[in-house]
Amino acid sequence: MEIILSAAIGILSASGIWLVLRPRSFQVIVGLCLLSYAVNLFIFAMGRLTPGAPPIMPKGGFVDPTLYADPLPQALVLTAIVISFATTALFLVVMIASRGLTGTDHVDGKERSQ
Amino acid sequence: MFQDKGKASMAEHNLFLLLACLPFATSLILLTLPQSARGASTWLSVLSLVGGLAVLAGFLPEIQSGNVLRASLDWVPSLGMNMALRLDGFAWLFAALVLSIGVLVVVYARYYMGDSDSLPRFYALLMAFTGAMQGILISGNVLVMVVFWELTSFMSFLLIGFWHQGAAARDGARTALIVTALGGLCLLLAMLMLGQAAGSYDLGMILRSGDAVRAHPWYGAMLALFLIGAFTKSAQFPFHFWLPGAMAAPTPVSAFLHSATMVKAGVFLLVRFSSVLGGTETWFFVVTGTGVTTLILGAAIALYRHDLKGLLAYSTISHLGLIATLAGVGGPVAILAAIFHICNHAVFKASLFMAAGIIDHETGTRDMRRLSGLFRPMPFTATLAIVAAAAMAGVPLLNGFLSKEMFLAESVDWHNGTWLDDHLPYFAVIGSTLSVAYSLRFIATVFFGPQATDLPKPPHEPPAWMRRPVELLVLICLVVGIVPALTLGPIVNTAARSVAGADMPYYKIAVWHGINAPLMLSLVAMAVGTLIYVASARAIPHGPEGPFLIHRLRGQRIYDWLLFRLTWRLPRLTLSVFSTEALQPQLRLLVLTAIAVAVASLWGGLTMAEDLRLHAPNPAFALLWLVGGACAIGAAWQAKYHRFAALILLGGAGVVTCLTFAWFSSPDLALTQLLVEVATTVLLLLGLRWLPKRRSEIAEDKLLPAKIRRGRDLVIATAGGLGIAAMAFAVMTRPLISNVGDWFLGNAYYEGGGTNVVNVILVDFRAFDTFGEIAVLAIVGLTIFALLRRFRPAPESIEAPYQQTQDNSPTLDDYLYVPSVIMVWMFPLLIVVSGYFFFRGHDLPGGGFAAGVTLAIAFLVQYLATNVRWVESRITVLPIRWMGIGLLIAAATGMGAWLFGYPFLTAYARYVRIPLVGEVPAATAMLFDVGVFATVMGAVVLMLVAIAHQSLRASRRREMDGIAAARTEEPA
Repeated sequence: MEIILSAAIGILSASGIWLVLRPRSFQVIVGLCLLSYAVNLFIFAMGRLTPGAPPIMPKGGFVDPTLYADPLPQALVLTAIVISFATTALFLVVMIASRGLTGTDHVDGKERSQ
Repeated sequence: MFQDKGKASMAEHNLFLLLACLPFATSLILLTLPQSARGASTWLSVLSLVGGLAVLAGFLPEIQSGNVLRASLDWVPSLGMNMALRLDGFAWLFAALVLSIGVLVVVYARYYMGDSDSLPRFYALLMAFTGAMQGILISGNVLVMVVFWELTSFMSFLLIGFWHQGAAARDGARTALIVTALGGLCLLLAMLMLGQAAGSYDLGMILRSGDAVRAHPWYGAMLALFLIGAFTKSAQFPFHFWLPGAMAAPTPVSAFLHSATMVKAGVFLLVRFSSVLGGTETWFFVVTGTGVTTLILGAAIALYRHDLKGLLAYSTISHLGLIATLAGVGGPVAILAAIFHICNHAVFKASLFMAAGIIDHETGTRDMRRLSGLFRPMPFTATLAIVAAAAMAGVPLLNGFLSKEMFLAESVDWHNGTWLDDHLPYFAVIGSTLSVAYSLRFIATVFFGPQATDLPKPPHEPPAWMRRPVELLVLICLVVGIVPALTLGPIVNTAARSVAGADMPYYKIAVWHGINAPLMLSLVAMAVGTLIYVASARAIPHGPEGPFLIHRLRGQRIYDWLLFRLTWRLPRLTLSVFSTEALQPQLRLLVLTAIAVAVASLWGGLTMAEDLRLHAPNPAFALLWLVGGACAIGAAWQAKYHRFAALILLGGAGVVTCLTFAWFSSPDLALTQLLVEVATTVLLLLGLRWLPKRRSEIAEDKLLPAKIRRGRDLVIATAGGLGIAAMAFAVMTRPLISNVGDWFLGNAYYEGGGTNVVNVILVDFRAFDTFGEIAVLAIVGLTIFALLRRFRPAPESIEAPYQQTQDNSPTLDDYLYVPSVIMVWMFPLLIVVSGYFFFRGHDLPGGGFAAGVTLAIAFLVQYLATNVRWVESRITVLPIRWMGIGLLIAAATGMGAWLFGYPFLTAYARYVRIPLVGEVPAATAMLFDVGVFATVMGAVVLMLVAIAHQSLRASRRREMDGIAAARTEEPA
């Protein structure tokens, strides 16, 4: 399982990095989304992989932490998901505004040949 | 003399604090007054200043007996900064001077400022300045003193630029701010070093530790920085150039700040710290040398200025040089003379500035080449100005004569036998001579000679109350000049004693000391000065505004050149060398740096664990990521030419991510990821509409450079991906060390009152982080909203899409009819789902984030099913209010904990039994979650709706273009 997930993180981030370095704004925005998946999974994986043990506690009684998934990375990732949505939205708006102003979707606001 | 006060100190303490706060409080009240409240604002300002004077008068007996008053409030105790106040004789005298001249300036300004100027605003600035100036004088902590010092620079900036419509005022204000504020920064450094050297930032302590300071290894640096601070403020050479530029200020400001008070702050500091930093040879040479240079240079330039205020400004520079010379010489008598001249100069220079203002006000010009023979039309003003100018020249029986006499006596006395000391009398006489010459020029040009006929306004006397302050000041010049020992004598002695030491003998200021060297020098100066003026009177009006050669060397020009280089050329040069406007190189650099840092820190350290903790691979999971990885690579492949396909593939990768969260026991993440995925996809779909069509391939892409770039980026991306994968694998295969997560698991129920630990962390344990995050979300929402309000779509995107223009048949109205009906029906259902997610959140997967996004999707579905106009005629969504209310609820919940004496956002949890429903968790964290829910919902809806509205604007523009086109066709 670990090897599959780390390969997945690698592929997601490689695709993301490649897209972020591309010249068209839509490529960059897709790249950012892919990168955010990769980073979220990476942070999540820092709590190790624990199938079938969500951090939902019984009401009262002794709790053995080793029986549950680590809740801390989950809490971190939860807000990160919402924030990455917000940054995607912001970038999208900047992208369409810059497209309206400059007439091109190149990230520099002008084609390379100009 | 440094004894602390014992009895009756409480009332005194409070009065002292009142004195410090009164001007600032007045300033705040004045800011609320309307522009028409001219009388009220004048009265308020006068009363405030008179109140301050009354408090000072009450302190006089204490001060006269040599006591030091103190008061203090804790401010930043951890930095040793308490709001300490300290009042000794010197500070008392100076504060009384500032407040009394303030009263006169306020009265004068009432008549000087025109109806179009906002008098309350002017007075508010003036009062704030007075408060800051007084703060410098009475602060008992040197760091607090620096704060007030910078505040005077800042208020002076606002006051010089009061008529901000004029370019001269703006430039003058900026120059003054830059020069004096830079000096203030130097002073701050000096004070920090001084505090370190003396072991305390308390002024009283520092004043007593002069020996330790002078022996300290930092003494040289300390002195240099201190003197830069004092010299910039007091317009000493070579920093003098800002003062003439500051004459663009309204005349009351010049009279108050640039003659009587603010510029005196620098010499105040020199005198105040002369017992700590002074007494060394360096001090003598630098301070006296600078003072003498400034004295002579200022006086020489003043003689050649054509502008009335320009002459007075350079004369002020010259007199400040005189005071600095005395402070450099040091010793009890020199200090006393310096303090005495500070007072005298303030009185006669303020009256001269006011007189210049009256002349400007009543004739419309300040140019001495045009002004002439004003004695006849305005005899009273002329008499007053002549007496004040005579005081400036040092004519006997006027106050200026006395302090100048003392200055000459000091210059003649032997101090240390150095070159500068030996030649001091000559320099002093040159300065006095020139000051006689320019005073004479002022009197002779403006008031005598043929009466000018081409003035902008016919000259006449000003309103009586505009002249009253000048009359009073001139009266003081006369009274002090004739009976000094009965008027200023005692308090000047007290002031000097508080600086030079309690054992200083009483110095009797007298008009007549017999025929001695100073008197002879004085007479020589007067005779030669008159000769100089008479000889050059004809040539000056036609010549340049400065003596031979010196007028070519302009400090202002050097400053402008330097400023231009530093703030315009240098940044651009640096940017062109070290930066690029293109995004790609920046991002590439960022990624490469990240890789380099990771490699550098993990080199040799990234080892695999001995026995790998591996879960057996599950084929279904492998298959899942086979699809996910293919989606990611496909999205990367297609994002340029097939955006829609890339978007669908991106969604595929997102869904696989979401399933991964679910697989590894994280239902909360899976839920949120799924919901956010929906919102993101819709968002990007809405954005696709505004991008250019790309049907044909970009020709450049086939060329070699583009191929090289792609190849290089592929290498970078592969390296990055491999690195992250290796790190993830290395960490995942190690056993988990126990961490803070265990504590959260163990205490979520008992401390947070919930069984879903992730939710409890978000809304209880780490609620402050969450609060910050929802605030960020709200800010992003507002930013998007604001950006799109001024949005201009590209011309070709305004056209209606192909599908809408093709067919006007009714089939278009029925497009996706059945799905849209179902989607409309989904609305109540989604609201229920959202509520369900919210309420189970504390115990089971769900919570405010998920519920908020769900409700946002409920609205979004309505927009998708029908159209913007249909939805908005039926539902009123006010996303900004949702956000605002959400943030308020979250903040109020947090602050509610204060009521019970707990820190911000301390949660309280319990279960409540409700009939029929059963046990319900009722934690204050739940209330916080309501805030999270409302903010998330509002922000997401705001973003999506703002983008959706752009189509509406485009279609409106289409309609307007159509109407415009029809109009232009009509006449033809």
